[in-house]
Amino acid sequence: MQVELTVNGKSRSDDVEPRLLLVHYLREVCGLRAANVGCDTTSCGACTVLLNGSSVKSCTVLTVQTAGQEVTTAEGLAADGELHPVQAAFRAEHGLQCGFCTPGMVMAAVGLLSENPHPTETEVREGLEGNFCRCTGYHNIVRAVLAAADAGHIEPAEVRS
Amino acid sequence: MIPAPFDYVAADSPQHAVDLLERHADDDAKLLAGGHSLLPMMKLRLATPSVLIDIGRLSELRGIRADGDEIVIGAATPHAVLAGSDLVRAEAPLLAHSAAQVGDPQIRHRGTIGGSLAHADPAADLPMALLALGGTVDVLGVDGSRGIAADDFFTGFFETSLEPGELIASVRIPRSPGAAWGYQKFVRRANDWAIVGAAAIGGRIALANMGPTPLRARAAERALAEGASPAEAAELAAEGTEPGEDVHADREYRRHLARVLVRRALENRT
Repeated sequence: MQVELTVNGKSRSDDVEPRLLLVHYLREVCGLRAANVGCDTTSCGACTVLLNGSSVKSCTVLTVQTAGQEVTTAEGLAADGELHPVQAAFRAEHGLQCGFCTPGMVMAAVGLLSENPHPTETEVREGLEGNFCRCTGYHNIVRAVLAAADAGHIEPAEVRS
Repeated sequence: MIPAPFDYVAADSPQHAVDLLERHADDDAKLLAGGHSLLPMMKLRLATPSVLIDIGRLSELRGIRADGDEIVIGAATPHAVLAGSDLVRAEAPLLAHSAAQVGDPQIRHRGTIGGSLAHADPAADLPMALLALGGTVDVLGVDGSRGIAADDFFTGFFETSLEPGELIASVRIPRSPGAAWGYQKFVRRANDWAIVGAAAIGGRIALANMGPTPLRARAAERALAEGASPAEAAELAAEGTEPGEDVHADREYRRHLARVLVRRALENRT
């Protein structure tokens, strides 16, 4: 069926099977491969994207459920060649090791900071509980999110979904 | 993992969804809201509905408002909205706390109260909270609407008293600002379902994962009403229960947990 939605600010209209999961739509139809398929069971968070500004696990959303809505992937964060503050902080604080969890971790962090622009360390850890880093590089990830919050420039947003 | 093929239709209104359910009465149609119970089951092919009727974007099924001495919550209200609602936090804090215990932030952005109740996992947070609070589930069907009391809603393992063709429209919870409540959830991993859970408010005590449905700890409730101390009442928390056994806990350990968690829930009421 035909579905119209906005992906990283661009309107799209695609003919998709109702059972096409959002993560497969993004990777295989849109060619956006930042969101990874990790556990495929709503646990690991590697497929996290923003849906109307709120973090969601795209392995557990049907593409047809996003009709008329806005999806943002890690590819949509950087503007005019400038890294998003969260991306810049992940680089500066070395918030990654193998990198597989990173796009989902970054999107979860962007979602977290839009709801809570000045989180405590505990709030960051709890806010990222839906994202696994199997390199166990959590300390630098948390440091990166706190650094991004300190750097500011994160627009507060209401919880929408 | 890919779900089996199905037809998809987005309902225009709650009544349209009911009409579609009736039209597809012979088709194993399922309602879809956040999809955070249904889609994982479909990906595992534990559920293979032939039609999905999407009610997730119906504004009539969303939102939270006060109505007399109750709070009315639209069935498609996500857990994150419930957990963050000033009204719910002030006047039904047990429910806000329970919603905040479900899964993780991403799951709470998608999962809905109506979906969680209809799924009726005995280990889940919101079914236990509904039972502790004594709320009412308002359903819509071809013959009109009716309310189902929390005590009558859960009928078996992943089964409810919803009739075929009925959808949950809203959930009503008594307003109880200032009422002391306690909530305990025993897990071994972050984000998990309760190995055993306990929720207490007023004279009611509900248990999660102590049987095929969320349960009232009625012997403990009776003892409390007759003047027993929280510790004495909690000793009766597992009375009459036949909890299941799995890799996390055998039956006797679950009974032990129920006694400990009910004592903690009662002693730490705030």
